[in-house]
Amino acid sequence: MALSQVAVHLLVLLLLPPLLAGVIQRTKSVFAGRRGPSLWQGYRDLAKLAQKEVALGAGTTWVFWLAPAVGLVTTLMAGLVVPLGPFDAPVSFAGDFVLFAYLLALGRFFAATAALDTGSPFEGMGAAREVSFAWLTEPALFFAFLVLARISGSLQLEDMLRAPEGALWRDSTAALVLTAAGVLIVLLAECSRVPVDDPATHLELTMIHEVMVLDHSGPLLGLVEYGAAMKLLVLEVLLLHLVVPAADIRGWLGLGLFLAGMLAIGVLIGGIESTMARLRLARVPALLVAAVLSCGFALLLLGR
Amino acid sequence: MTGLEGPAAATGGLLLLFAAALLLAASGLPALLLGWRSARGEGWATLLAVAGSAVGVAGGIALLAAPGPSSLRLPWLLPGGVAFGGDALSGFFALPVFVVGGLGAVYGSAYWDLRRHPRHGRRLRFCYGAGLASLVLLLLARDGLTFLVCWEAMALGTYFLVVTEEEKPAVREAGWIYLLYSHAALLCLFALFALQARIGGSFAFGPVPASAPGGLRGALFLLALVGFGIKAGAMPLHSWLPGAHASAPSHVSALMSGVVLKMGIYGLVRVVGLVEAPPVWWGATLLSLGALSSFFGVVFAIGQHDLKKLLAYHSIENIGIILLGLGLAVTGRATGRVDWVVLGMAGCLLHVWNHALFKSLLFLGAGSVLHATGTRELDRLGGLARRMPATATLFLLGSVAISGLPPLNGFVSELSIYLGLTRAALGPGAVWVALAAPVLAATGALAVACFVKVYGIVFLGTGRSAAAEAADESPRRMLVPMALLGGACAAIGIAPGLFAPAVDRAIAAWGGGVAGGARWGAFVPLAWMPVAAGALLLLVGLLAAALVPTVRRARARQPDLPTWDCGFVGSSPRLQYTASSFAELVTSRFGWALAPEVREPRIEGIFPAPSSFHSEAGDSVLDRLLRPAVRRVEALAARLRLSQQGSLQQYILYIVIALAVLLLLSLRPGWIPGGPGGR
Repeated sequence: MALSQVAVHLLVLLLLPPLLAGVIQRTKSVFAGRRGPSLWQGYRDLAKLAQKEVALGAGTTWVFWLAPAVGLVTTLMAGLVVPLGPFDAPVSFAGDFVLFAYLLALGRFFAATAALDTGSPFEGMGAAREVSFAWLTEPALFFAFLVLARISGSLQLEDMLRAPEGALWRDSTAALVLTAAGVLIVLLAECSRVPVDDPATHLELTMIHEVMVLDHSGPLLGLVEYGAAMKLLVLEVLLLHLVVPAADIRGWLGLGLFLAGMLAIGVLIGGIESTMARLRLARVPALLVAAVLSCGFALLLLGR
Repeated sequence: MTGLEGPAAATGGLLLLFAAALLLAASGLPALLLGWRSARGEGWATLLAVAGSAVGVAGGIALLAAPGPSSLRLPWLLPGGVAFGGDALSGFFALPVFVVGGLGAVYGSAYWDLRRHPRHGRRLRFCYGAGLASLVLLLLARDGLTFLVCWEAMALGTYFLVVTEEEKPAVREAGWIYLLYSHAALLCLFALFALQARIGGSFAFGPVPASAPGGLRGALFLLALVGFGIKAGAMPLHSWLPGAHASAPSHVSALMSGVVLKMGIYGLVRVVGLVEAPPVWWGATLLSLGALSSFFGVVFAIGQHDLKKLLAYHSIENIGIILLGLGLAVTGRATGRVDWVVLGMAGCLLHVWNHALFKSLLFLGAGSVLHATGTRELDRLGGLARRMPATATLFLLGSVAISGLPPLNGFVSELSIYLGLTRAALGPGAVWVALAAPVLAATGALAVACFVKVYGIVFLGTGRSAAAEAADESPRRMLVPMALLGGACAAIGIAPGLFAPAVDRAIAAWGGGVAGGARWGAFVPLAWMPVAAGALLLLVGLLAAALVPTVRRARARQPDLPTWDCGFVGSSPRLQYTASSFAELVTSRFGWALAPEVREPRIEGIFPAPSSFHSEAGDSVLDRLLRPAVRRVEALAARLRLSQQGSLQQYILYIVIALAVLLLLSLRPGWIPGGPGGR
């Protein structure tokens, strides 16, 4: 594969995330009748956080400050096994989808551990929620992978995501739509969006992701925010490839289509956040079970 | 009949393993003779155990490297003689015995110092060595009777290890339940080998041909499943396991969990391997049992707040993962899919090694915590990472490994199983096998939750008791074995390619012609593992190096900054999230299975009195199924006492009746089915 392709892949992966977060924010502002911050506010926030000093709780260990780095690196590496629109995945091998899921799990492990490192009851609460919901999102994700593997006949994430196009997409539309619905729920849960979590809430008792990072500040907080935005991008890529059967359009047109698709999903998430209330915590598992069933039923449709 | 046969490397390996067994069996003797005040007994025990382990490791490697199996037949001791043999499968299972056993002996010399435990120190040393020796002989046994003798020696040896602290009632009860389960397993194995001898014509391990009656083969499989499943701790046959593992001294727990459980897996692998062309339902049964054990093992684990019991339930989870691999391999054998055989068996075997490594690391870590604080109760611990940094780091390594996360060893074996299961989804045929993959994914996510809880509650935050605040780092003799185990976890995780030849040999020894010389590396991207691990470690290292100056500045500028307390003053360590509250979101979903015993006070009035909340998740299978059933049987049996009135005449009458019945039977009238007259 051409080195320039890899370079562009990395550039998109590194530069796009804050814009996505900005698009969601702008969509919510429009829905609320406000003008809202600029689309580029995410980049400014990151630049500002990078220059700030860090405040570290006295009781914390190295896990606390290393976790944001692990979170960012695992997400970045997960982003290397997915294709970004016209760009092939720089790394692709049989079973890379397992690595994808488990890298994200490694990031989650360290994020939750860092939260417990502070000894704060709030952060413990957030950590417990973060790791407890994953036991339903992971099977949904793996059902989705099984669906894609069955459609594509491949065990490489790149081929699995590129397969649903043309005749294949028409033949298995129902299964793909169900899978896409499941993956959308997984995305909302994993990225702590409404209706699972509300990133804009200000009450510690009700938060999940935000409460876990209460003690992180300065560059550490920057790494957390950046990693979270990148995770959103990586999971959006999964969803985009499921719903848009146009992976074979290459070149600038392909890139434009990809960017438009990503931003459209951002608008969709913003729309969901603006029009829905978050679920009561006890109801969240029901939503996640729906995701598992949706992806599982898709597999059933293909298994005939 | 007599003699040592086989290639030079294999016979050499066999003899080395015998020498190792001898050294290990002898390791406890000097201490028994020397008296408890003598430090020399301690030294001899450790020295002999380590020497035996080193010899054994060499023997195991020789067996793995040998081109074929070796055998040794001795015409004495048992009717029909005694048959031993060594092949790659024996060598594969023997290596963890020596690694965990030897390192455990070193750890134990500091953990269970003879002079601080005059009462049971010497017995512990002796049983530890004898138990290890019986494990080695069990792996070498090649006929049913020898196997049973070694099996029973192992069961008794480990029983005495479990009841080391016999003065505690809880320990005695755990030991009693373990003994009962062990003998239930033994009964199944008696029947199993009798059946095998009937099919094969002798007790020697020989192939069970596809032409044997299906019913007999099915019975053989079910007996093996129950007998070996009890030993392996597969759910729902696991109830002995949490108590026994929690009660034993920690280096014994490491041995029990890391190695002794695997003897159940070994037996199952060995016996199923003898059967030619197993039916598909065997694979399906193993897969279902594996899915059940792995998922509910971790669900039960997350509900525990006793550190060692929690780890014990995780053993059930890992046994489940191993069974998933075995089930996949057996299904592959039944349907002629070489890729499933290789991927499943590689996952099964490698997870046997991996679990031995990370679980003994974690049990030794738990032992260090117990040693330093005197408690296994999670909610009385906390903040130990600052008091015991080396132990904490090694425990974190073990936690990441057992959660199956990259770049450590758990990930590699799980990847192999995932790959096999997903290949099933591609079709054709047996697509249902793929359904185990999402179960494994859910298990993995719960394992992450569970070990975040363990590490966070035990090592992070602030100490929840005075003992936790006063803990001290363990001595080097306890840290070095843990570091070596951690190093092995990292080595297998980063460079699994180095260990692939051993896996290939063991698969070939198991599957014979079925694997068709296919190599594990052909199906798993082993070459990518060092790349992925290297990139991960390098990038995290670079970011960490960039952060270190900022962190140093922050610590120097504000050395005693509290955590965000939402404006609440008077923060105390008791405000921290506890183990039970952390697990509540999961355990509340599984109340029907866990049946936690909760004592919740009623809070009344405007100024309620101080009160306490308590919840405890016992073992549902034992408490809700077995104990009531045993009580019912006891009640029924009590009615039989009517026939026991203590009158001699009555007993003579019983004897006469029995004799009459036997006489009748021996006459074999035609109406008794099965008798020659009935045919």
